[in-house]
Amino acid sequence: MVRARVNVFLKKDVMDPQGNAVSSALKQLGHSDVHQVRVGRSFDLILDGNDGEAARDDIKKMCESLLANTVIESYEIQIQPQEPGKC
Amino acid sequence: MLKTAVVVFPGSNCEADTERAVELLNEQKPVMAWHKDPLPNDVDLVVIPGGFSYGDYLRAGAIARFSPVMQGVIEHAKAGGLVLGICNGFQILLEAGLLPGAMMKNSGLHFTCEWVHLRTERHGLPFTQFEQSILKIPVAHATGNYYAEPNLYYRLEEQNQIVFRYCDENGNATKESNPNGSLGNIAGICNETGNVLGMMPHPERAISQDLGSSDGALIWKSLFASTAHI
Repeated sequence: MVRARVNVFLKKDVMDPQGNAVSSALKQLGHSDVHQVRVGRSFDLILDGNDGEAARDDIKKMCESLLANTVIESYEIQIQPQEPGKC
Repeated sequence: MLKTAVVVFPGSNCEADTERAVELLNEQKPVMAWHKDPLPNDVDLVVIPGGFSYGDYLRAGAIARFSPVMQGVIEHAKAGGLVLGICNGFQILLEAGLLPGAMMKNSGLHFTCEWVHLRTERHGLPFTQFEQSILKIPVAHATGNYYAEPNLYYRLEEQNQIVFRYCDENGNATKESNPNGSLGNIAGICNETGNVLGMMPHPERAISQDLGSSDGALIWKSLFASTAHI
């Protein structure tokens, strides 16, 4: 099995109203050092097979077609290292 | 009179109002097209109504675009057939790539349900063959904050694809009159060929003075008086 995490965030130049709201709430709680918050979305995927790089290519297609709206969002794919002796 | 199909997804909730508007103004009941079935043949106009298709999971409209019926809708649009996406229907058309740009959460983060005024920026489309400029039509959405990157926005303006902008009752497109923070007060856009229109306000909810306004009926009447293809 290949385990992967996909993080999707609004692109840097796209305003993030949710992030701004969370940022203000944190400041109200006394966290005056909060400079910026961006809210995103994570997907944990488990795929058949053992080829991490092949999985990455496949996940890229998933991101482009469904997981992210690439007009406003960017994504990053993390393939989690396999533990020795486990599949 | 146009043969009209209203697409119904799980989570659509404006299909009955839309059906009623079509029935009253087109003098013919629309076909209700379930999302799992192919689009009925010989349809002139496809309406994708408002609602929360697939519970807005992932992003509004993101899952609905993969429904079987959408293949037929895309082919219909590419062949010059008329498509009107209202609210969630607009979001689905964006996700399906039939209209450019993307929709974000309202800048105020609230679900907005109120009467708004629209300034008609482009007359003469099958959707906008009327004289009146300012329309009073309600909105009801949480994700209506239209976004286009600067080059696209420039192109939309150049090609006259911005059909409606939010404005005050005198027609001024002010920040205060914009219910969701959309770029350039955009409330509705069309594709390059003008046969596909997406709009956040609900014309089916404004077809009689008894409902508060009959300005939405102008859009329906314009459609039903138009020819089927561009």
